[in-house]
Amino acid sequence: MYKIIEKYSLAPQIEFARIKAPMISKKAEPGQFLIVVACEKSERIPLTIADFDREEGSVSIVFQKMGKGTHKIADFKAGESFHAVLGPQGNPTEIEGEKNIVVIGGGIGVAPVYPIARKFHENGVHVTSIIGYRGKDFLFWDDKLAAVSNEMKITTNDGSVGHKGFVTDVLQQMIDNKEPIDRVIAIGPPIMMKAVADVTRPHGIATTVSLNSLMVCGMGMCGACRVTVGGEVKFTCMDGPEFDAHKVDFAELMQRLGMYKDLEKDAHDEYKGDSNE
Amino acid sequence: MSDRFTAIHMKEQPAEDRRKNFSEVPCGYTEEEAILEANRCLQCKNAPCIEGCPVAIDIRSFIGHLQKREFDKAINKIYEADILPCVTGRVCPQESQCQARCVLDKKGDAVSIGSLERYVADRDLDRRREALKDAPVDVSGKTKVAVIGSGPAGIACAADLNRYGYDVTIFEAFHKAGGVLTYGIPEFRLPKAIVDVEINSLVQTGVKLVPNALTGRSFTIDELMAEDYKAVFVGSGAGLPQFMNIPGENLNNVYSANEFLTRVNLMKAHRYPEYDTPVKHGKNCAVIGGGNVALDVARTAIRLGSEKVYLIYRRSQEEMPARHEEIRHALEEGMELLALTNPVAYHGDESGFLEKIECVKMELGEPDDSGRRRPIVKEGSNFFIEADVCVVSVGSTPNPLIAMTTPLLETTKWGTIKVDDNGMTTMPGVFAGGDIVTGAATVITAMGAGRTAAASMHEYIKKL
Ligand SMILES: Cc1cc2nc3c(=O)[nH]c(=O)nc-3n(C[C@H](O)[C@H](O)[C@H](O)COP(=O)(O)OP(=O)(O)OC[C@H]3O[C@@H](n4cnc5c(N)ncnc54)[C@H](O)[C@@H]3O)c2cc1C
Ligand SMILES: Cc1cc2nc3c(=O)[nH]c(=O)nc-3n(C[C@H](O)[C@H](O)[C@H](O)COP(=O)(O)OP(=O)(O)OC[C@H]3O[C@@H](n4cnc5c(N)ncnc54)[C@H](O)[C@@H]3O)c2cc1C
Ligand code: SF4
Ligand code: SF4
Ligand code: FES
Repeated sequence: MYKIIEKYSLAPQIEFARIKAPMISKKAEPGQFLIVVACEKSERIPLTIADFDREEGSVSIVFQKMGKGTHKIADFKAGESFHAVLGPQGNPTEIEGEKNIVVIGGGIGVAPVYPIARKFHENGVHVTSIIGYRGKDFLFWDDKLAAVSNEMKITTNDGSVGHKGFVTDVLQQMIDNKEPIDRVIAIGPPIMMKAVADVTRPHGIATTVSLNSLMVCGMGMCGACRVTVGGEVKFTCMDGPEFDAHKVDFAELMQRLGMYKDLEKDAHDEYKGDSNE
Repeated sequence: MSDRFTAIHMKEQPAEDRRKNFSEVPCGYTEEEAILEANRCLQCKNAPCIEGCPVAIDIRSFIGHLQKREFDKAINKIYEADILPCVTGRVCPQESQCQARCVLDKKGDAVSIGSLERYVADRDLDRRREALKDAPVDVSGKTKVAVIGSGPAGIACAADLNRYGYDVTIFEAFHKAGGVLTYGIPEFRLPKAIVDVEINSLVQTGVKLVPNALTGRSFTIDELMAEDYKAVFVGSGAGLPQFMNIPGENLNNVYSANEFLTRVNLMKAHRYPEYDTPVKHGKNCAVIGGGNVALDVARTAIRLGSEKVYLIYRRSQEEMPARHEEIRHALEEGMELLALTNPVAYHGDESGFLEKIECVKMELGEPDDSGRRRPIVKEGSNFFIEADVCVVSVGSTPNPLIAMTTPLLETTKWGTIKVDDNGMTTMPGVFAGGDIVTGAATVITAMGAGRTAAASMHEYIKKL
């Protein structure tokens, strides 16, 4: 049993939960993820480890309510328990001797970026964080991220906070200003990660993205998560989730994410009794 | 109603009915049928059938007891060698094992050893269910050993280690135990209620089961050994799905057999939306392969509601490695066999969903290493099969995670773990067995390997 210690909303449709999982917290590293099975009949949902506390024996998740799976997880309250939590899965983020790193989080991607930024910061790397939200009501964890960043830039689609526009605008400015960047790590919607890759590619700036492919097992035995990277088929759960952004076939990734769109909508409408999104 | 040379076959659900449900196909013997079938056995002195069984069940004796209606004696005879007879009686490839050696096979039908085994084992299920009500046995204070994986190899190893008097913990990566018995072989061939009895019986004898524990990520074998476990058994199976690396294989609705079957068997996608996990079966579902796995997929697709289910196999029907009963059942249920056919590319629509499969015709050449005739492409024979779902069932290999994270463990070039005659790996105290050692094989060999390893582990620990 995986008891929920704490649970609250961070922003509209964005939820936080801290879960008791001593075995997982002992091993968890930034960049890794969990598979959460809310109750016996639920799907296996992959969610990044947004934080961990080895002393308390807990791991935290931040997730966006999308379809039935994530809504079900959101319906759990502190004190209740999830049916199953598997982890830590995937490979941790590696520090490769960089001096200046830029981490980019888009929307829900701000959460997984936080422990990564913290790790680099603790290791004395200069961290610039660029985070993008839809608008000021959707801000979360900007304060946490600021505490582990040397520089911090916020963008919103509507300009209600920070720069009006996209994270890539800010990144492009940094590049134009010839600021030193050894590597960019970007996590967010695939379309954002692709845009970041397109900005850094002409300048040969190493860029890492964390892919959010569909998954079933999360442990290398089903192939649901396969992606093409540099012309080769990889399993996101075992070979990733982080890959060289310049080699990822984003078109295929986005195509595969749409595989169950019709069914997902039905399931969600049936679960919530409406179609609000 | 029967003569010596004609088998009593189990009654089966008619093909028309079973196409629409996931209930078991053969309905089991009545007592009278079982006795009639048992009475066909000649009780041969040398009992060649026994040599055909990978774990050498004393077939003659158990059938002898059955002839005298000594049901308890019959089941206990089987348990001496096989601790999962409900399972093996159903899924063993009997026609190439025990029954292939039966003397009656030369003149008529072999004795239906598998069916009799199933009958005797099923008869014992009620008693076993009843026994589950007792409190679990307390094993605290005993020497600790670990088993990785809860498939047939792990179950058998854990059961024996428990009998030798150890405190056994099984670490399973999935949230539910049973290995292929749970996520691979479908309900209509192996009811999950039976697998549950096997798992619950283990837990009840004091074996601890830790699900959601992926060795290599959650912890390493070195860490387990450092943590008081005196010996470790690795029974992690061969679960890494193989693809053919042909164009279009990542199109939407092209699945691996593992994914398709896991969605249905483990996640219960056939009961979607009561269960949350979906699966696509398509109007026209094509399955690539010719083994048990491919047939399980094809028969699952039929039950999910595909109008057409094609089995695309590169050799001819005679070379198909699947159990004969499976092939017969699938054909009765309406599967179309496209033998001597091989896919070369998948083609999709503008949103990336599979539309058709480009195939070539094959012909058989000279026999290869496996003794089967090698399939050769007929140049220029390309043609298309309309299919909106395709399931690639061309085999699986060991997942490399455990070997990658255990420096002392040596593997072969096929990725299987090297073991000696006692099942010990190149790392002292670490044993292995089942598909992780042999590559994808059978339930009964995995079970046998688990038991051999348990005995060796016992010897090993005694000498520590
Ligand atoms: C390694 C990994 C880490 C992840 N970490 C997080 C995280 O920390 N927080 C978080 O909120 N989400 C994360 N995701 C995405 C999350 O798993 C999906 O949002 C979730 O599975 C959706 O399930 P659902 O049943 O709620 O929605 P569904 O009913 O499955 O889908 C609803 C909509 O979301 C889309 N969708 C489905 N799956 C994904 C996906 N994997 N990514 C993007 N869109 C998807 C569908 O196309 C559909 O339009 C991660 C995914 C992976 C693979
Ligand atoms: C669809 C299908 C149909 C089949 N039909 C038949 C049949 O009719 N007759 C027959 O005899 N055989 C059949 N087989 C083959 C048979 O099921 C296998 O040979 C047998 O299950 C192997 O047993 P095992 O214990 O070695 O491995 P498995 O049954 O594969 O069990 C391995 C277990 O280990 C777990 N695991 C893997 N890695 C780790 C890790 N790192 N940490 C923790 N746990 C881990 C897995 O989740 C799994 O539960 C079939 C196989 C399939 C896939
Ligand atoms: S275990 Fe399999 S091979 Fe052995 S007797 Fe039973 S059915 Fe035959
Ligand atoms: S070979 Fe056939 S007839 Fe002879 S003992 Fe075995 S099962 Fe009976
Ligand atoms: S999710 Fe199953 S292989 Fe990656």
